[in-house]
Formats: sequence, structure tokens, C-alpha cells
Amino acid sequence: MPKPKIALYWCASCGGCEEAVVDLAEGILGVVEAVDIVLWPVAMDFKKKDIEAMADQSIVATLLNGAIRTSEQEAMAHLLRRKSQFLIAYGACAHLGGIPSLANQFSREQMLKYVYEDAPTMVNEAKTRPQVSCQNNGHAMTLPQLRQVVRSLDQVVEVDYYIPGCPPTSKLTQAAISALLAGKLPPKGSVLAPDIALCDQCSRKGSKPANLSFSQFKRPHQTLLDPELCFLAQGVVCMGPATRGGCEALCTGGNMPCTGCFGPTSRVRDQGAKMLSSLCANVASKDEKEASAILSGIPDPVGTFYRYGLAKSLLRRKVDLPVETPETP
Amino acid sequence: MNPATQQTWNQANLKANATYQAERRRVTVEPITRLEGHGKIDIFLDDAGDVERAYLQIPELRGFEVFSLGRPAEEMPQITSRICGVCPTAHHMAATKALDDLYQVEPPPAARKIRELVYNTFVLEDHALHVYILGGPDFIVGPQAPPEKRNILGVIEKVGVEVGKRVISMRRRLRELIAYFGGKVIHPVLGLPGGVSKGLKPEDLPQFKELAKDGLDFALFTLQVFEDLVLKNPDYVKLITGDTYTHRTYYMGLVDAQNKVNFYDGLIRVVDATGKEYAKFPARRYRDFIAEHVEPWSYVKFCFLKPIGWHGFEEGPQSSVYAVAPLARLNVAEGMATPQAQKAYEEFFNTLGGKPVHHTLANHWARVVEMIYAAERMVELVNDPEITNTNLRVIPSAKPSVGVGVVEAPRGTLYHHFETDDRGLITKANLIVATQNNAARIAMSVDKAARGLIKKGQVSEGLLNMVEMAFRAYDPCFGCATHSLPGHLPLSVSIYNRERHLLRQLVQS
Repeated sequence: MPKPKIALYWCASCGGCEEAVVDLAEGILGVVEAVDIVLWPVAMDFKKKDIEAMADQSIVATLLNGAIRTSEQEAMAHLLRRKSQFLIAYGACAHLGGIPSLANQFSREQMLKYVYEDAPTMVNEAKTRPQVSCQNNGHAMTLPQLRQVVRSLDQVVEVDYYIPGCPPTSKLTQAAISALLAGKLPPKGSVLAPDIALCDQCSRKGSKPANLSFSQFKRPHQTLLDPELCFLAQGVVCMGPATRGGCEALCTGGNMPCTGCFGPTSRVRDQGAKMLSSLCANVASKDEKEASAILSGIPDPVGTFYRYGLAKSLLRRKVDLPVETPETP
Repeated sequence: MNPATQQTWNQANLKANATYQAERRRVTVEPITRLEGHGKIDIFLDDAGDVERAYLQIPELRGFEVFSLGRPAEEMPQITSRICGVCPTAHHMAATKALDDLYQVEPPPAARKIRELVYNTFVLEDHALHVYILGGPDFIVGPQAPPEKRNILGVIEKVGVEVGKRVISMRRRLRELIAYFGGKVIHPVLGLPGGVSKGLKPEDLPQFKELAKDGLDFALFTLQVFEDLVLKNPDYVKLITGDTYTHRTYYMGLVDAQNKVNFYDGLIRVVDATGKEYAKFPARRYRDFIAEHVEPWSYVKFCFLKPIGWHGFEEGPQSSVYAVAPLARLNVAEGMATPQAQKAYEEFFNTLGGKPVHHTLANHWARVVEMIYAAERMVELVNDPEITNTNLRVIPSAKPSVGVGVVEAPRGTLYHHFETDDRGLITKANLIVATQNNAARIAMSVDKAARGLIKKGQVSEGLLNMVEMAFRAYDPCFGCATHSLPGHLPLSVSIYNRERHLLRQLVQS
């Protein structure tokens, strides 16, 4: 019997998800022997037309990491969707948009203008910018188009499962692949990680006050961080209560608060809104002026509450961004 | 001209242009098999079938400098680490040092030493990845070996399964040290302005002492492997010193007060193609020396020496192109700060004919010399009685405005520059990333390799591997370079004739 075909692919990502797969090395040898990896750009050769030539649904599962920003990534997402029985969004960027989707607070024009014209080290009197197509000394060159916004994978194509995290842990990845090979998968659309809040895995859980009351929010650099006490009890914003567990509380183990990379549990529609409402409900003062003074301790609510999930959140993007026009360079 | 004639004329003109454009697209775009997620090299031939120009293109941009705006500065070590999951520790540390500068705060000695310990461990681990898994196979297995052997499995076949196990287990243990302090090894969280979040418990010290000692043994063993398999083979030495991979450019790297190589801190030193000091400056002055150039055919920006000005992808006396990374660091320094590394450094320059060395492939050897330094520095740090001190933070009190941080990432000098308002919220960010410094020289290497290997329309079968080797020596990280694409870059090469018809396409992994 032929081995099941697996593909791994990357879009707008940092390579950390690839490293996470490489880190499986010793643990996953058995799994690797059981499958046939047909596509993995970081580690092996492939051509798009080889994938195009495969019968539809002939890949059992594709693990795709990274958000979708360019025309090229979009086309690959569609192609791999067509060729795969299961498409799995691997890591925070494919799952929720990830840190790259914080760019949705800014327009593409603002980004290109700063990077190629206004950055302090830029020398560019001619205001040259990378072009979707250009002629350079008679040589015709092309580049993929940057879309107006960054999207999570399921905002582009249908997704079957999600493996969360920035990056996902080896343990979850291995469990997901094993479940896949054994055909023991949960309902379609599931996030393949425990459906519990991060606090349930945190060693500081015992010190989390039953009734929180915030008279001040402290930013991590402004205070000595107690290595055992719940961060919320220290007045430091920790995304633990609104975030799915499964990472085994690695960041709080490093004595820094959770920043929310696993996204929400199944019971929460919007991770940021959930955290924001729970913090606001526990602000010590009901006086508007006092309350806003307390909340000024959280100077960047979007970056704090939607660090990894802006694309997928209810906010999604800055409201006045231009509407997508694919023919625009 | 009367309006009716003008209108007819204009319509005819538009139609002609549209037809011309369509024709160009058909010829140039259609045949290209887009190898998404890949770097792309397009080679254009002239009438005689010789290379007119070869281009390396990078196909994406994520815009970290822009979406950092309005974020609290203290979050930058964690946000910017997402530029690259292969070298997150480098971005994390550069940003953390920029925060020290922003808030004008010095970390306590133990915190500084923990940062250095984590950083040198990271360099050792990352270099080992390159030597054994990514770049080294070209030499250890051999450049003429079939592609399916030029990987870690081929290395294991050549040096024995025990060595393979040793490499994998050493990398795992080194990465565990980073995770001990950083919470996670991919995207660590330890850096804060004025210190680190977590210290070293005395009861955990013995395992790290043992690790540092094993790390040094491993680095010295790696040098032995390199000497036995590469330096004792005249063909390889000829390849390293051959003209195809040689460029006479400027070099840049961090040095300590004695002009010795340092990864974590120091002054930036630049030497010219004769090895003479051209500049030496603190991170804060980087804008006086470094500028960026843009081309319409790639999203990557090309760095050059600002006082000289951009003169294109050229070497020679007028060129402002410079290189970073292991070879550049050895070229700009006057030695290594530790004894065994110093010995290896001397042997390096004695064998290759003195300083500076211009052979790109010598980066592989320079990387091994640096592994020894990183390991020796680890040994020094774990044996420093201060390393378990619990005073790890200075709480910043100064009003923030501008901060610049620099480190030597494994792939070269890395600058993070932040400006903030009084609340410490980012108002401007600028990142000059390791591979970006090298981008112009890498483009030159690709062009030179292509010119050297394609003559009269005859495309050598060895082209791909030879171009690939030029690449791998730099250990390029295009995720860093464009703040976009990840890691170690697979590559496609398209060759066009004078009529811009695609002659052939080669792919490598």
C-alpha cells in the first residue's frame, strides 16, 4: 500500500513553524517513515506544476503555516486546498493571522512608502518601489502582488483543522499527525489542542485571586516580576484567562505573562473582547475619569488583546483601508 | 492636429501599446513556473549566448517597521523575534539592547552574563545547524556528490551514525538551555530593558557546566572534522580559493575593546578590501555609515556604505558594497578573545594567505572558528560566580526617546532602532538585518557564478549546485532580509535567451 502523502507549506511566516517541525526530529522519525512528504520547500525540491499535475485530493493532509498576504500565497492556498483531503492551518499566523496581521491597522500604501521612501537609512530620490512587473535594462521582471490586508488561511480557503501556537509545540504537532494517520480526528473545524484556558496549565494558578480588582496596570518593564505569583494579581496584563491552553504555560514559566498565541477556547468568539471585558469589569473604580486613568496602563489595546489574532477578530482591519483591487500594482 | 485625427491617433497608439505589452507578458511571464516560497533567479543571455545579467529576487514584504508603530517599546523583543523563527534570539537580543539604550539603563552584571550565555549558546547551536545540516554537506559529502546525498543523512553516512546522533543531541541540549531562560527556544521571552526576566538557580548550574564543556569538545571536534575532510583535500581547497566565489569588498562586524570578535556587544568596525580600518563606530551612529538602496525587481533592500554612495552591484575601488557574517567578522577583528579560538583563527589566516580573506566559501571555516569561541565563552560564563546572582533587573526611570541596539546575528550585524514618545510607545522603527547587509554581495555572487558557468549558450549541469554553494556559504536568511520569507531558501533558476524565451529552468532544494 502506498504511504499517505503529506505536504508542508509556508506563506507569510517567520520560519519558526518550520523549525518547530525540525525540532520534532528525534520524536517523529516513526511518523516520517510512515508518510510520503510530497512538498516541503524548506527541506526539499518541488515544482508547482508537479503539484498541479497530481489528482485532486491525492494529498492526505497539508499543514500550511503563515498568513496570506501576496497573490502568490493566495494561489498556493487554493491549489493545496484542491489537492488535499485535509487542510490544516498550522501555527498562529495561518490560524488567526498572527503577528503579521497587526499590519491590518495600516494601509499597504503607508507600509510601502515608509519602507522604500521614508525609513531613516533609505536613499531613494527617484522613489523607486518594487514593481509587480518592470523592465530593467530590457529584462522583464515580475514580483507577486501584496494584497491590501493580511488574512488567516480560513479567510481564503476552507480549513479542516487548526494547530495553534507561535509556534505550536512538538507534543501537539506529534499528537495531531498521529491522530490523522490513525483516522481518529475530532469534528471538522476543531482546534487540535486542549479546550481549556491557559490558566489551567499555569503553575501560578493557585495564586490567582477569585475576585480581581485593578487599581493600576503595570507594564512588565516597570515592575519586578514575582516568579510565582499570578501576573494578574501583580497588576500585569496576562492573556491566560482568554487563551487556550496546550503550550503548558511556557511564557509564564519564563517569568513573563502570556501574550495569547494559542487564540481563544471554543467557548469564546473573540479573544480580545473577552479579555478586555473581563479586565474592565474588574477595574477598581467606577468613576469614568479614574477608570480611564487606570486603563492608561494598557496603552496599546489592539497589540495587547489581538497580538496574534487581528485578522480573524471581530475588528479584523482598519475600517478605511482601500477595497481589494487585484489589478492594482 | 484636428481633434478627430488626434483621437484616432491616440486610439491607435493605445492599441499598439496594449498589443506590445501583451506580447511582452506572453514571452516573459507565461513560461515561468512560479516556485512559490522560493527565491527566484532569472538569467538573461545575450546574442552570443553569454550571460548579460543574473538576478536574484525576493518575493515578499511584511512591514514590521510599520506595524510596530504605537506598540509599547518593551514588547519589541517579542514582536520583532517574529521576523525570523530561525534566528529569533538574535532579534530578541538586538531589540532588548535597543531598550537598554532607549531607557538609558545598564543591566546588572548577572543579567548581562545570562544574556551573553543565552546568546553564545544560540550562536553555537545555529552554527552547528549550518555546518552539519544546511551548508556543510557540500564539503563533508562533497560538491560533486548527488543531491540526494548532500544532506544530513549523507553526512551521517560519511562521518558515522554516532556523529550524527551527537550533532542532534548537542543541538537539543543547547536549545534546552535557551528554553530554560527564555521560556521557549523559538521566540524566547527573557529580554527586558535593564535586565532579564529569569535567573539561574544554583542547583541547575552543574548541568549547564557539563553542557558548556561538552559544547567545547563538540566545537573542537567539528574543527577536526573540517580539517580532515575539507582542508586535507586539495580539490576542496582549490574550490574555496577559486575566483568564482571571490569578491573584494568591505567587511563589517562587532569588535570588543581589544578589536576581538564579539557577538553580543562592542563597536562596529569596517575594514576595506586591503584590510585597513575604514570606520569604527557605536551602534547609535549606524545611520552615518549605512544606507539602503531599492531596485524595482525585488522586495529586499540592498545595504551599502553611505559615505561612499551606491555605485551598483560592483566590486573595485569605487564600490560601497560590504559583507557581514563569519568571514567578515574574522576579517574586521584582530583575533579571538579565547585561546583555542585564537589558535584556530591564526591557522585560518595562515592557510588562506593572510588578511583579509575574500573567498566567500571560507565562511564555512570561519563559522567553525566562531563555534569554538562561542563554546569557550559559554565555559567562561557558567564558571563565573556571578552567573547565579539574583539581582537581575534595573527598573528604568529615564524618559525614553531613542534607542539603538546591535548584535552579531549568526548571519551578520543586526541593528534595531526605535524612537518613542514619553510613554515609551513606538513612533519610529528601523531594522537593518543581517542578510540585508549581505544582499548586494550575494546578488554579485549569483551573477558571477552564472557568468563563469554559462558560455555560448552552454549551460553547465553543475550550474545549479555551484550557484547553490555560493548561496549556502552566506547562510542567507531571507526571512530576515525582507522581514518576510523564512529560513534557508530553496531556489529556482530560469534562463532566457535574447528574445526573452525561457530556455530552461533548474530547481534545487
